[in-house]
Amino acid sequence: MAVKGQRPHALTDVPFHYCPGCTHGIVHRLVAEVIDELGCEGKTVGVASVGCSVFTYNYFNCDMVQAPHGRAPAVATGVKRARPDNVVFTYQGDGDLAAIGAGETVHAAARGENIVAIFINNAIYGMTGGQMAPTTLPGQVTQTTPYGRDVKTAGNPIRVCEMLSSLDGVALAQRVTVDCVKNVKQAKAAIKKAFQYQMEGRGYCIIEVVSTCPTNWGLAPQDAVKWLRENMLPYYPLGVYKDIGEAKE
Amino acid sequence: MGERVLMKGNEAIAQAAISAGCRHFFGYPITPQTEVAAYMSKMMPKVGGVYLQGESEVASINMVLGAAAAGVRVMTSTSSPGISLMSEGISYIAGSDVPCVIVNVQRGGPGLGGIQPSQSDYFQATRSTGHGDFHLIVFAPSTIQETVDLVNKAFDIGDKYRMPVMILSDGMLGQMMEPVVLPEETNTAKDKPWAACGHQGKRKHNVINSLYIDPNELERLVRERFEKYKTIQATEQMAEEYMTEDADIIVVAYGASSRVSRSAVDMARKQGIKAGLIRPITLWPYPVDTIKKVAKTAKVFLSVEMSMGQMVDDVRLAVNGAVPVEFYGRTGGIIPTPKEVYDQIVRLNGGVQ
Repeated sequence: MAVKGQRPHALTDVPFHYCPGCTHGIVHRLVAEVIDELGCEGKTVGVASVGCSVFTYNYFNCDMVQAPHGRAPAVATGVKRARPDNVVFTYQGDGDLAAIGAGETVHAAARGENIVAIFINNAIYGMTGGQMAPTTLPGQVTQTTPYGRDVKTAGNPIRVCEMLSSLDGVALAQRVTVDCVKNVKQAKAAIKKAFQYQMEGRGYCIIEVVSTCPTNWGLAPQDAVKWLRENMLPYYPLGVYKDIGEAKE
Repeated sequence: MGERVLMKGNEAIAQAAISAGCRHFFGYPITPQTEVAAYMSKMMPKVGGVYLQGESEVASINMVLGAAAAGVRVMTSTSSPGISLMSEGISYIAGSDVPCVIVNVQRGGPGLGGIQPSQSDYFQATRSTGHGDFHLIVFAPSTIQETVDLVNKAFDIGDKYRMPVMILSDGMLGQMMEPVVLPEETNTAKDKPWAACGHQGKRKHNVINSLYIDPNELERLVRERFEKYKTIQATEQMAEEYMTEDADIIVVAYGASSRVSRSAVDMARKQGIKAGLIRPITLWPYPVDTIKKVAKTAKVFLSVEMSMGQMVDDVRLAVNGAVPVEFYGRTGGIIPTPKEVYDQIVRLNGGVQ
């Protein structure tokens, strides 16, 4: 019997705890497929952040370190500096990467640390039950912006790829999404390029994945995808914000 | 052994770490410990090591966590306010059971406090350097030579028990110079099969983690860690006794204040007062065995500290009501003089006969 598809080796045989319709599962699979294709599982170290994705340390077959909230870029820096031959990636949500860990993110990027950040932007805090994130859209209702995010008092959302693209240490900053087959393929290509850049020692790479959180958005999975297309993508346009280009021989 | 050289305390800490096989240092500038970082930034490139200035103490301690998780010898250094910022990371390091060395060259507090020597982080070092049930091993050197020796020991003991070790120094020991003999570097690479450094397809994946959602599992792991702490308390206590055998009045002091107290004991002895000194070298585990033993023959204890009285609690716990325990301290960056401590000894003696 021909095998048409199977679990990537880099994913453990453990059921995800994610809610139905959450895009974490797709992104996990893409990262694992890239690790498989590059044959780097044995030398990869992943850094889990705090938030819904904290349990990534159970889901990836490579060695994993769980970092304090927001500190994944610093922990990854420590791993990479200690073991330069390892392939090191962080997997962080928007609260982790752009709020409490904004400082660590900016400075890891500015240093051009040879790490990859997989950044899940779903405009809300998932694990704690749906509070405002640094990427929550203006007017968006969350548990802590019950009347909609008023930018006059709650501040403005942060466009992370745009912000980081000005830093010289950044090799690749690309925003993708996984709402359809075409975009899933594009997301995987971006993640693969980021891992390849790291293996070539090119600098900090961030792949921002505009994602859904049906549970905390209060929407059915298919409605969440619709909401993402209608509200998230206009505010967070997909695209390559920085790419230093293929290595020249 | 190496040659005898004159070194500043902070630089000796850095060189001792390099001699102990430490090739990774992450830190952030803060007075009065910055010479540690400066020395590391100069020496690490020469020995093939990594010096990295983090963007904050918060980032630096998490870089330490990453490097420790990856299985290398790693150190950071800071002063009091920096330890407050590192507390989060230290808790995670303890909860993840990874070894590292953390240096605190103490200055006055609270808040921004001052930059002069202090011992007011004793509670923080021995009670709670972060949230949760855990301990650090805490070494308190009193000379530059002892600092060097304890930094070396800190890496070994940290690796042995897989836990963070603190060198609790102070601004005086950090800034002063003394002759030291640096140890020869030996092969310090330890096999760390638990480390997250890539499984190379040869084992199951390693996970360095401090999260346990199941309270039963978390309790079991914390209890296991405390079993390890019991072993450490039973076997790793260190203290120096000075003229305690026939002493009625026992001064207890560590670090900079122990140097002053030793002079005060000498002054008292010259006046025929039977004074002695217990100098704790490990603050955790606290040398309760030495204190208990001496409490059988002494008449009174005097804890001398550069704080408002922190270690005195541990002296009282160890003495356990057997004899009175008194306290004398200066704080805010003031070092007590030998005469001040001598006056306290004379007071406890009821004057000079």
